[in-house]
Amino acid sequence: MRRAPYDGVVLTAPVSVPYVRYTNETAHWWIARALREVLKIIDMTPPELDGLSVSSFTLAPDTPVGLTQHLGLSPRWLDTVPMGGACGVAAMRRAARAVQAGDVDVVACVAGDTNRIDSFRNLLSAFSRFSMDATFPYGFGGPNASFALLQDAYMAEFGTPREAFGQIAVAQRANALKNPQALMKKPLTLEDYMNARMISDPIGLFDCVMPCAGAEAFVMMREDMAVAKGLPFARISATIERTNAFPNDPIQLRGGWAVDVDELWQMAGHGPEDIDLLQTYDDYPVICMMQFEDLGFCAKGGGAAFVAKHDLTIGGDFPHNTSGGQLSVGQAGAAGGYLGLVEAIRQVTGTAGPTQVPDARRAAVSGFGVINYDRGLCSAAAVIEGAGA
Amino acid sequence: MTEPLAPPPKKNPQKRTLTPLLPPATRSRAALGLGVMAATGRFGLQVCAECQAVQYPPRDACVKCLSHDLPWQDVDPAGTLMAETTIRVSPEPYFRERMPWRIGAVKLDAGPMLNCHLHGEVARGDTVRMALKLDRAGQGVLIALPLEGSDVMQDDPVLRAMSCDPKHRRVLISDARSPVALALAEALLAAGAAHVFAGEPEAWRHWPARAAFEAMEDVSLLPLDVTDVSSVQKLSAEIGGKVDILINSARFTRPGGVLGNDTTFARDAMEVNTLGLMRLAQGFGPGMAARVQDGTNAAAAFVNLLSVQALVPDAGFGAFGASQAAARSISQSLRAEFRASGLRVMNVYAGPGEDDPWFQPAPPPKVTPKALARSVVQGLVDGVEEVTCGDVARDVYARWQDNALLLERELTGAGA
Repeated sequence: MRRAPYDGVVLTAPVSVPYVRYTNETAHWWIARALREVLKIIDMTPPELDGLSVSSFTLAPDTPVGLTQHLGLSPRWLDTVPMGGACGVAAMRRAARAVQAGDVDVVACVAGDTNRIDSFRNLLSAFSRFSMDATFPYGFGGPNASFALLQDAYMAEFGTPREAFGQIAVAQRANALKNPQALMKKPLTLEDYMNARMISDPIGLFDCVMPCAGAEAFVMMREDMAVAKGLPFARISATIERTNAFPNDPIQLRGGWAVDVDELWQMAGHGPEDIDLLQTYDDYPVICMMQFEDLGFCAKGGGAAFVAKHDLTIGGDFPHNTSGGQLSVGQAGAAGGYLGLVEAIRQVTGTAGPTQVPDARRAAVSGFGVINYDRGLCSAAAVIEGAGA
Repeated sequence: MTEPLAPPPKKNPQKRTLTPLLPPATRSRAALGLGVMAATGRFGLQVCAECQAVQYPPRDACVKCLSHDLPWQDVDPAGTLMAETTIRVSPEPYFRERMPWRIGAVKLDAGPMLNCHLHGEVARGDTVRMALKLDRAGQGVLIALPLEGSDVMQDDPVLRAMSCDPKHRRVLISDARSPVALALAEALLAAGAAHVFAGEPEAWRHWPARAAFEAMEDVSLLPLDVTDVSSVQKLSAEIGGKVDILINSARFTRPGGVLGNDTTFARDAMEVNTLGLMRLAQGFGPGMAARVQDGTNAAAAFVNLLSVQALVPDAGFGAFGASQAAARSISQSLRAEFRASGLRVMNVYAGPGEDDPWFQPAPPPKVTPKALARSVVQGLVDGVEEVTCGDVARDVYARWQDNALLLERELTGAGA
């Protein structure tokens, strides 16, 4: 069956609450700050908001249900998306259909997490049953070790040099230097990248994100409402999502995008060559490279050559992770799954300020999340367009 | 290649003994099955009874057909190491102290992918042999071993942390008069033990094997009577800080059923076999538990030599069987109490001994002291919790695991 287009619904009010490395505040606090900001932009009060979608790892013992009472909301539509790095696109496509169908008028989509001293270790230990049983007892390297195994196999399979991953990290740091909200402020050279200490070979220091606290949000509403409110907005032209793709691949060298990529571009009505910028999920550069390949920007195993051929900075021929991405902005838990989408909304609505790609109209965004045992289980992608596209 | 383990330097008494830390110990109920396999030295995983799919990580329903019938079975341990990493940073205190730490991803020939610890002699691309070992938390963990390891492969630090290898360790055998004590001392020294302390009860009583002990290097006979609290305490005060492995060999045996015997022998059996174990544990256990992270010769294991009658009684040895069952129960309590320290409790079950006069009328097969000593040393090297020695014990243990009530009926008269 042909999928219905996302007509009549739009994305607006992109908000990034500035991240901090450590905080004493709770996830509730961070989510409230993002929510307050979006409500201010769309000129609504908390009781008027009728839809809410929340992603967070650190709300416990609360769920988003408790959060409604905590924050004085009375939504008629409430969603929670536990898909980690894929939660932004996944929350968006659920909210879009609900608004389109008239189940709800406005959905505020929010992701936020806190980061106290030692909370990363505690978060990891309770992350999933398979990781408790089969990952953490083995050296407790966290995601660094899991992705190191994946990158080790990837490098062996395709003969990829570490420099190729370094080029991704270096370009993102260059982008981040233009983003006042990025936590990483120091320029990064390929030499710095190569000479940095190893964390879990072949993952080095600059392959890793810095866990931090923060929140990201955007709003899904009917187009007529956005027009009436005079809000800049973006339309969704295509989305895909997949969970636990290719379960028989011994080691993850491709993500779920590879299953659904044809549908993505078919629905978008154009190919990957027609986008102005790409926001990938960058928990590690090797995952960015996998997305270049699986989303059709280059062939499988061609990631290194693709990176060498293109300039991935804001002013380059292939602007990628223009905010600096998690690698340079920081990883605020589930907000990491929103970072690329929120930046893409800013970009295609021409509101990205210092990181703005000139004339950006069309962006592809992809997400990747939840290492349950040995691989990331969730993948998602979307193409969005500014109203002028 | 594995670096041969050097003997530990003399301990500096001014340095603080490190507090034993444990690797992450929390597991789902299904994953506890890994520990059950590891405790008995087996490699096995859940295998779907309906579609034969081998499962990992442990599950509650089959990944292929959703059947919930997932018994644990022995599985071919062959696999290929597809990826590896050397972890250099961890927020977890146990591993943090042991960085760098290598792990890998192994494709098991039988099916699933296994994230596992790596022995130092394996590298990406190698065909490996998987094993389940108990880690210091007492949980079953996977390790990829070389198909054919070097002579010193046991000295690999990752493997050594999971074993109770007697090499460079000091061992206390609680009763030198036991028929197995001499063979044990010889086997332990042959396995690289640094020293054997042998407890001698009632030193005034002549015993022929004494001369053999006296002639051995690195063996000392010391007074120890497990029925006497002050004797245990005295020896513990003297050598407690140097006992890395304790093997309880003290035993009191008398034949006779429950009816028609007075309780004197029963009390003696309890005094030695049950309460003696308790006194040893109380005297030496806390000190050993505090020294589980004390370098090359850290405390490692508390070993209890049991008769297989601990599992099911022989009606001809009513009181003895009761004392053995009680000792096994104490041993299980100790296992739980020592869990937080990482000190391992190993039970070694054996059938009637070749040189045991009290079992002289019993038919063969019987266990020779050398065989029992071999089993103890191998159990320590393998780091297991449950060891059976000899055909009788292996047979009874398997039948007991299979159906304890059926075994009782078979052994108490009704079996054809």
